[in-house]
Amino acid sequence: MTETPVLEVNGVGVALSGRTILHDVTFEIAAGEFVGLIGSNGAGKTTLLRVILGLQPTTAGTVRFGGVRPGRGAGVIGYVPQKVALDPDLPLRARDVVALGLDGQKLGIPLPSARRRALVDELLSSVGASDFADARVGQLSGGQQQRVLIAHALISQPRLLLLDEPLANLDIRSEQEIVELLARVGRERGVAVLLSAHDLNPLLPVMDRIVYLADGRAAAGTTDEIVQSSVLTGLYGRRVDVLRIDGRVLVVAGPNDAHGHDE
Amino acid sequence: MFSEFLINTWIAGSVVAVVAGLVGFFVVLRGSSFLAHALPHGAFAGAAGATLLGLDPILGMGVFAVGGALTVSTLGRRGRNDVVTALALVVMLASGALFLSLGSQYSAEVFALLFGQILGVSSAELLPILALGAVCVVAVVVAYRPLLLASVLPEQAAARGISTFGLSVFFAVLVGLATTMSVPVVGALLMFSLLVGPPAAARLFSADPLRAIPLSIGFALVIVWASIAAAYLSSLPVGFFVTLGSAILYGAGRGWFAIAARRPAAA
Ligand SMILES: Nc1ncnc2c1ncn2[C@@H]1O[C@H](COP(=O)(O)OP(=O)(O)O)[C@@H](O)[C@H]1O
Ligand SMILES: [Mg+2]
Repeated sequence: MTETPVLEVNGVGVALSGRTILHDVTFEIAAGEFVGLIGSNGAGKTTLLRVILGLQPTTAGTVRFGGVRPGRGAGVIGYVPQKVALDPDLPLRARDVVALGLDGQKLGIPLPSARRRALVDELLSSVGASDFADARVGQLSGGQQQRVLIAHALISQPRLLLLDEPLANLDIRSEQEIVELLARVGRERGVAVLLSAHDLNPLLPVMDRIVYLADGRAAAGTTDEIVQSSVLTGLYGRRVDVLRIDGRVLVVAGPNDAHGHDE
Repeated sequence: MFSEFLINTWIAGSVVAVVAGLVGFFVVLRGSSFLAHALPHGAFAGAAGATLLGLDPILGMGVFAVGGALTVSTLGRRGRNDVVTALALVVMLASGALFLSLGSQYSAEVFALLFGQILGVSSAELLPILALGAVCVVAVVVAYRPLLLASVLPEQAAARGISTFGLSVFFAVLVGLATTMSVPVVGALLMFSLLVGPPAAARLFSADPLRAIPLSIGFALVIVWASIAAAYLSSLPVGFFVTLGSAILYGAGRGWFAIAARRPAAA
């Protein structure tokens, strides 16, 4: 593919309270790609996504979105943050949340519009949320809320969708459904997806490429290129073993002596 | 009960109810009940200070309520909002007590600011109430969508370029203004119950915000009207009836909510 990447992250560094959180992070995402942002707790996944959104100042590097600096514009990048707490008695239906994704930044009370309603209905149906379109959003299950939040992020027709640990706190079945849903809508709508997770296994069937974060440093490439003992050992700065069992991947720390294991 | 003199009371009470029902919807949505509690009490201190200096009490209320709103919302940015609010509240209450003890003619006038004097609203008081009420309503209508998004999904709002910090300052000032206009009518203690009671009940009855908001305004109006009538007929304090009405409606809301929750996808 020779066209401009949707996203170019080049040498990005972030420091918070004097601590280096991200260091020299570089990768690209092409149009329509499904990319997993993999790293354990505290690796810097949320920080990196906030950098891409323009919400987190950097100390080094550049982020280019569609060839230009990301303007924090109305829904040019879709975003599903890590923790969304919705009270059960919140006076908002699933369809209201989706509609806010369309024009939530506009002033005034929305006038009833058939076009707006049709668009909301279409999005609800494409994420499989039609059945609970009129339910209170705070009373939906975790997987159902994820669908609604994904529709909220997609309705403004972004070219890039960022999701921060959308699989956390889901049961195995919903986890799989959400991954399949994201792969499908990404394909159908030509949206590139960057999804953070601490476990890469649920993403293996759909992931085009991987950005692996450890201690604020990143390695990017195809899954086969990156998920290797040698690469991850370099990234973590200590020995890491990669075990493959029945198409699943296990990344485990090796014995605690960093030297003396040069094959 | 509908005499020319009491007409002012009905108008002022209705305006206060509309503003409380509308602004209160977002108070409950944002979990800002404590702010809505603190600002009216702070406003009372400002009124006491203004009386001491021989100024218009509504000026003192405005300065304290809006000043308190700005303090709480800007200081609360990086810290815990509730702690900052609590400190601002006690500072304002302490100055209120000071102003009262310094004032020689500590009067029924100041006392009425705590509990309201809805049965004695003068035509001169009516104008600022109408003006501030209009400002509050227009502000909420204009900011409706970003305010809703930033209140419910703050991170998504920020990612869209909405300044959630700017909106929280805007909203705190709005609560300060709503407070200033209302305290002379329903009193500091009761503005709080009117800002929280009707919207908390309304959101239990409807999940559609564009229905819950009119319902909240309707509840506030019914409570205020019924309270004025009850206070007039019984000579008991109007605030008692306002608080009672809020509690009854909220109780009914909980009951409705519990029943509706058993039906799937209840709207
Ligand atoms: N405001 C902050 N000040 C200092 N360190 C922070 C701040 N916010 C996050 N961190 C640290 O930055 C690191 C990366 O955090 P984060 O991006 O949330 O990681 P992840 O999302 O991968 O769990 C963590 O070690 C965290 O403790
Ligand atoms: Mg995180």
